[in-house]
Amino acid sequence: MDTDSPLIAALAQDLDGSFEVLVRSHQDRIYSIALRVLGDPRDAEEAAQDAFVRAYRALAGYDRKRILELRLRPWLATIVLNLCRSRLGRGPAAGRAALSLDLALPGGLEPRTDESRGPVATSAAREAAHDWAGLLLTLPPAYRSAVVLRHVDGLSYPELAIALGRPEGTVKAQVHRGLALLRTAFEAAQRREREEMTA
Amino acid sequence: MTTDDRDMETAMAALLTRAPKTLAPNVLAEIGLADRYARFDSPIGPLVVAWNGLGVSAVEAAPDDAGFEAAHLARTGRPAHPVERLPDRLATSIARRLDGDRRVRIDLDLRGHSDFERDVWQKALEIPRGEVRPYGWIAAEIGRPKAVRAVGTALGHNPVPLIVPCHRVVRTDGSIGQYSLGGPANKRTILAAEGLDPDALETAARAGVRYVGSDTTRIVCLPTCHAAKRISDAHRVPFRSLGNASAAGYRPCRECRPASGAMAA
Repeated sequence: MDTDSPLIAALAQDLDGSFEVLVRSHQDRIYSIALRVLGDPRDAEEAAQDAFVRAYRALAGYDRKRILELRLRPWLATIVLNLCRSRLGRGPAAGRAALSLDLALPGGLEPRTDESRGPVATSAAREAAHDWAGLLLTLPPAYRSAVVLRHVDGLSYPELAIALGRPEGTVKAQVHRGLALLRTAFEAAQRREREEMTA
Repeated sequence: MTTDDRDMETAMAALLTRAPKTLAPNVLAEIGLADRYARFDSPIGPLVVAWNGLGVSAVEAAPDDAGFEAAHLARTGRPAHPVERLPDRLATSIARRLDGDRRVRIDLDLRGHSDFERDVWQKALEIPRGEVRPYGWIAAEIGRPKAVRAVGTALGHNPVPLIVPCHRVVRTDGSIGQYSLGGPANKRTILAAEGLDPDALETAARAGVRYVGSDTTRIVCLPTCHAAKRISDAHRVPFRSLGNASAAGYRPCRECRPASGAMAA
């Protein structure tokens, strides 16, 4: 059963009274999707904010039945991805982010999985996350989005198919192709590193 | 590090990141489920201005933050969070509006108020800077000529004084009357800052001058109408009532529409 079911029921009952819960419970994943697709933390925060504002306005126009039928996780992912796409299509900031492998991961934005480890492990993990985030940005946007939704956000393939509006087979292929490209980029980066060390 | 799919998937999962603390408050303010507020300098001293993505929701002479937040929550059902200062565009718009520039658009969030209250406030917005109108004038102009007292109450409940200039509405007998933003002394200060002389207004009203006509144009106005202010002393004719003016062959000004006040007075 969907963990969002009680939230969806509350949204259908009292949108204004329960929308904050939606924001608080989905903000990390929506922000992460935007950050990993766009690369720039400020762009990502704007896109995530915009996504929630649009979600609220859409819900305000939906009747009860339509809200109750919503699949919240893929629905929100679609909204933020669409906003990311239009940002990637326009700004120089997006272009810069997509080309750079050298993005700083500002303090406070470190991945949350490493909190229990020691300082050395944490800083190494942070560096690794930084590298992977940079590699992800070298992927063509369609593959990047698919990998981010499946493996950063953790959507299931059926949810991914809803979020991207494509058949399940297609999104599966996109994710696999994306991971293959990512592996190639990773190995190329490692080769470069080794060459620099031996030079 | 090897690069099998499992490792890459773990690496990707580690890229899930906490949202910045500013995200949720910004979303809630933008859609109007929470407000922001900041201090703002006015002719009567520092005021609190609250707003959200829908518009300005409160202007108040609040002594302290905690008191304002509690009162705002009780009134609107929304929390208000302090910020350093007003957004530049809003600060500029309010300053220009207080300077009398009525072309500046300031969005207002007046959810939860009655149509009657909104009608009253909308009408008050039409009164130009440096002029005043009686309560009865508003009542008549919004098609509720008998609701003079209710107009007074609605103006007293104006959540955005100064922006909706309820200080430009005075009693039908010409006295300045009450003011919600810290009392009648503030009302006089603001009117004086807008170029009116409240004492002179009340003195003239007590002497029975409710209208002023020009014997060259034969038009009769409310005393603070910008057209009336242009009449030279030699041609200025005071009237106690519109009946007197009409008997003397004067027609009501189309700008200040003095007959609206008379109908209700």
